[in-house]
Amino acid sequence: MNVVPRSEPIAAPVAVPLPVPYGMLAELTHRCPLMCPYCSNPVELDRRNAELDTESWLRVFGEAARLGVLQVHLSGGEPTARRDLEEMIRHCVKVGLYTNLITAGVGVTPERLQAISEAGVDHIQLSFQGATAEVTDHVSNFRGAHERKLAVAREVRRLGIPLTINSVVHRANIHQIPDFLELALSLGAKRIEIAHAQYYGWALRNRGALMPTREQVFEALDVVEEARERLKGVLTIDAVVPDYYAKYPKACMNGWGRQSLNVTPSGKVLPCHAAETIPNLDFWNVREHSLAEIWQASPAFNAFRGTDWMPELCRSCERKEKDWGGCRCQAMAIAGDAAATDPACHKSPLHGHLLALAEADAAAGVTDYDYRRFTTPDRAQ
Amino acid sequence: MTTEAASARLPAAGVPRLARGVRLRHDEARGQWVLLAPERVLQPDPVAVEILKRVDGERSIDAIIDDLILAFSVERGRVAADVDAFLAGLVEKGMVEVAS
Repeated sequence: MNVVPRSEPIAAPVAVPLPVPYGMLAELTHRCPLMCPYCSNPVELDRRNAELDTESWLRVFGEAARLGVLQVHLSGGEPTARRDLEEMIRHCVKVGLYTNLITAGVGVTPERLQAISEAGVDHIQLSFQGATAEVTDHVSNFRGAHERKLAVAREVRRLGIPLTINSVVHRANIHQIPDFLELALSLGAKRIEIAHAQYYGWALRNRGALMPTREQVFEALDVVEEARERLKGVLTIDAVVPDYYAKYPKACMNGWGRQSLNVTPSGKVLPCHAAETIPNLDFWNVREHSLAEIWQASPAFNAFRGTDWMPELCRSCERKEKDWGGCRCQAMAIAGDAAATDPACHKSPLHGHLLALAEADAAAGVTDYDYRRFTTPDRAQ
Repeated sequence: MTTEAASARLPAAGVPRLARGVRLRHDEARGQWVLLAPERVLQPDPVAVEILKRVDGERSIDAIIDDLILAFSVERGRVAADVDAFLAGLVEKGMVEVAS
């Protein structure tokens, strides 16, 4: 699956000294039947035997609720690979967390969905790698994935659970945006995410095969804007913007350590799902610390919190509390310095370089994916 | 008696309820009420909170209006218009359903 930073605030900022997080992404496992080349999981995946046990997750959900988290996103990998998922959902409901299940929908039986529904899940987000079987099956490298997803979507709606379709777009499917919208409508989804691939981890590794051209990106933005107007009240469209061709950087996570946190399968707590690509950050683990301690005091969360860490270029910018300096992981990946201005910003000295990288990748026409996988066979699977 | 003004968009006898996937709760950490929906956290204003607390799938829109008048000694016409406009907005967003 691909979880992407939001481009719009989900709520107004809160006037307290230290912000209180609204959302927590719980990556329950890195196991997944699909092999999407843009996966947001790290290149070094956690093994099953490194995963937190049920009891630890239940404790983390309780701590999250007490910390002020309102919504929990149960994700992965494929979260239904955890047999204790229903128990976790029941616990989240009990402690008052709004539970959002983010699934690829492959290998999820109607009986399992029924149990998930009865456990009290509030919302299900289902990924589609393409709007047609040919594209979905190719991108996910799983034959028959599309058909299985369609069946799951119908079952979710039959159970009355609100459904969001999540589609990550890139060169192989960017022309399918109108078809994705039709698919969402035909399946009874009330919401769709059109998320342009974000280039970290697996997606960075596959950038040559994923990057669309500038023309494709701008046409896609127009298609979404037109549809948003036309489908008002019928289908909510949330877009995650592409930033290699942008003028301003995305407000990544709406600011580091400001609204959300992310727990990995092995219990590390990150300010965003890609944060481990930044070397020398000290991430604390829920096995050793409470979530509140980590949120407040862990070096990784305080490294880029607020505006004090910013280079002069950002600190003197009128947009500093609007885009929060953009993305730290992208600064790391492109500038080699996590504290640099995000090269997606037109003020960055590397802005032209970023654009050149995108144009070169889009023009080169690479088609082979380096599919997401455990680097050596995972015997535990 | 009917409270259905000429401009009302919802039937006064209809019974509103929050759609599945929408929840109203008090947020202790921030000392406020929040309306939770898929990928959304809304912060309703005090008037909206009073309306939402009465959206329980049992009371009709009329009954909600009666209750608000009793609780806050406000004029019926104004309350009816506020309730209708607010709930109609949530119906449009798919967050409230009205059974007639």
